[in-house]
Amino acid sequence: MQKQRGSTKAVTSATQSVRSSMTSTPFTRALEHLGADQLVEYYRQMMLIRRFEEKCQEMYTRSKIGGFLHLYVGEEATGVGAISNLQPQDHVFTHYRDHGHAIARGLDINPLMAELFGKDTGCSRGMGGSMHFADVTKNFWGGYAIVGSHLLLADGVALQCKMQKTNGVVMVFFGDGATNGGEFYEALNFAQLWKLPVVFVCENNLFAMGTPLEVHSSVTEIYRKANAFDMKSMRIDGNDLLGVREQVGEAVEHARSGKGPVLVEAMTYRFRGHSAQDTQKYRTKEDVEKHRSADPLEAYRKLLIDEEICPASRLDAIDVQIDAEVDASVEFADNSPVPGNEWLTDAGIYAAPLETQTVDPTLV
Amino acid sequence: MAILTVREALQQALHEAMQDERVFIIGEDIGHYGSTYGVTAGFLEKYGPERIRDAPIAEAGILGLATGAAMAGMRPIAEIMSVNFSLLAFDIIINHAAKIYSMFGGKFSVPLVMRTTNGWTQLSATHSQSFDAMFAYIPGLKVVAPATPADMKGMFRAAMADPDPVIFIEHTLMYGIKGEVPDGDYIVPIGKSVLAREGRHLTVVTYSRMVHLSLQAAELLAQEGIEVEVVDLRTLRPLDMSVALESFKKTNHAVVVTEDWQSYGTSAEIATRLYEAGFDYLDAPIQRVNFREVPMPYAKNLELQVVVTTERIVAAIKKVLNRS
Repeated sequence: MQKQRGSTKAVTSATQSVRSSMTSTPFTRALEHLGADQLVEYYRQMMLIRRFEEKCQEMYTRSKIGGFLHLYVGEEATGVGAISNLQPQDHVFTHYRDHGHAIARGLDINPLMAELFGKDTGCSRGMGGSMHFADVTKNFWGGYAIVGSHLLLADGVALQCKMQKTNGVVMVFFGDGATNGGEFYEALNFAQLWKLPVVFVCENNLFAMGTPLEVHSSVTEIYRKANAFDMKSMRIDGNDLLGVREQVGEAVEHARSGKGPVLVEAMTYRFRGHSAQDTQKYRTKEDVEKHRSADPLEAYRKLLIDEEICPASRLDAIDVQIDAEVDASVEFADNSPVPGNEWLTDAGIYAAPLETQTVDPTLV
Repeated sequence: MAILTVREALQQALHEAMQDERVFIIGEDIGHYGSTYGVTAGFLEKYGPERIRDAPIAEAGILGLATGAAMAGMRPIAEIMSVNFSLLAFDIIINHAAKIYSMFGGKFSVPLVMRTTNGWTQLSATHSQSFDAMFAYIPGLKVVAPATPADMKGMFRAAMADPDPVIFIEHTLMYGIKGEVPDGDYIVPIGKSVLAREGRHLTVVTYSRMVHLSLQAAELLAQEGIEVEVVDLRTLRPLDMSVALESFKKTNHAVVVTEDWQSYGTSAEIATRLYEAGFDYLDAPIQRVNFREVPMPYAKNLELQVVVTTERIVAAIKKVLNRS
């Protein structure tokens, strides 16, 4: 693990250079191509994810949210940076730690909070919960909770893109723990074999739930697993927002141009436990603190201030605005109706219920 | 009307399905090899490799890609050569294809048809199983197992028109069975059982290949004056018991014949439904005829004792009717 952390650190330094030095960096290039407002927008997205999830934790403690709650806190730069490269015709699949990707893809947080509250106004009508956010109108196909298998579904949507020539690209997120199961290898083989437009983004947060990387994988440089398929791959610093944006952007263009899929390994770290109930016996407080001190959100905020992109006062104002939005999402969720009992009948299970019912209506 | 084999009827159905540009077929050895059971023979040459997709031997991948493509608007036909191999895709089928519609609040569905085969002929333990009950157990799936060429074609058409995932179960020992098939385009709806033979003394409730063996048994018994009514369920989920119950109310005797293991198998559900809704009409305990509950042996003398035979069906019917 020390090795991974060391290599992550080395890449991070790329963003340390200042604009005045005239050295071309992801930052100077992003500023030139996107402008200051867009750089501030990325801050807003990361902070919205952070504050939304902090509120989720609070609501979980107050039993407003049930089930599992897997927080993305600490990994925001990967999701925001990667998804910032996507166009409306592109697609996103993700895993059960899906809040960050949903927000980065532009899903309104009101239906997200309502989903967590198990309400009818939730993005999945209260049927999915934390692990199953989705919004088909944004080609956000959802969070999937069986580790690794959604990579194959992502391949399938990429096959549709290719067969119907939509020019779309599919981005699929998963963790380091997902790269040991068979479905990962099937997905990589199919994608490379058929040159499918998929960007596989492995968020390597160094733990498969609570099992350290070197305990669960024979190869700890996950990006090298693509070599078995002659697939393009890269390892990047997932905590450097603009670096993620730029390098994943190259992967997206590679996939879009018909050259085939790319495996991106983004080195990152989750600050919270695997889920809200994790006692975290597998790592020390010192380790966590060390990573927290390099918080990608704080680092990005500092960059915007130091490079005079945006004064602290304006960022503070954004924070205040986000707090109000998050509070409003709680109010929206609180005031929303619960789903109806039709979900307990065939009408809730099938797109086309048949005359013969599979669920005994007398039991409903 | 034309007399066609099950294989020919399915070929017609698949050719008709391919008229829709969204339809493609993905599976093992469906193209270059020429199709294991001959159903898609010639399809690669006619439709090309974009739509007839020879897949790696990776069943989760076949179903996974088909599920994803279906979500995004395609109409895939996923072929799993033998149902035994479908176990490798159960995660995709059960955790994803069957769940996606309801789990994401009904916002999108999985219009997928998975074709697969039951069957046996000295193929030993891992190539002779039936998982009908395991598919039919899953809310979110629709599971069909037609018996006749006409139903194969008409129900395949229904499966392709359905926006939900449909498991379409064929049988390796049925491809050569012949029957009348209507010309052109027609639908046999999912979830509707049918009377395969009329009778008044006893009701056999069955589906798939066992319909044919049950009809043979009925023919033999007719010579002894026993008139057996045979009900072909055709669909396992949703299970339409209306025809079977109507028949049972008339005959007051029933035998359930299914080509799978008895414990927790499809016959358990069918017999329970008869007991639950037909208890007042019951004149004798219901008998079941199924695979004997062992992994299938290779040796022919043993295999033939495991599988269902016409003789075993006849014996069960006579037992219920207390005839010797």
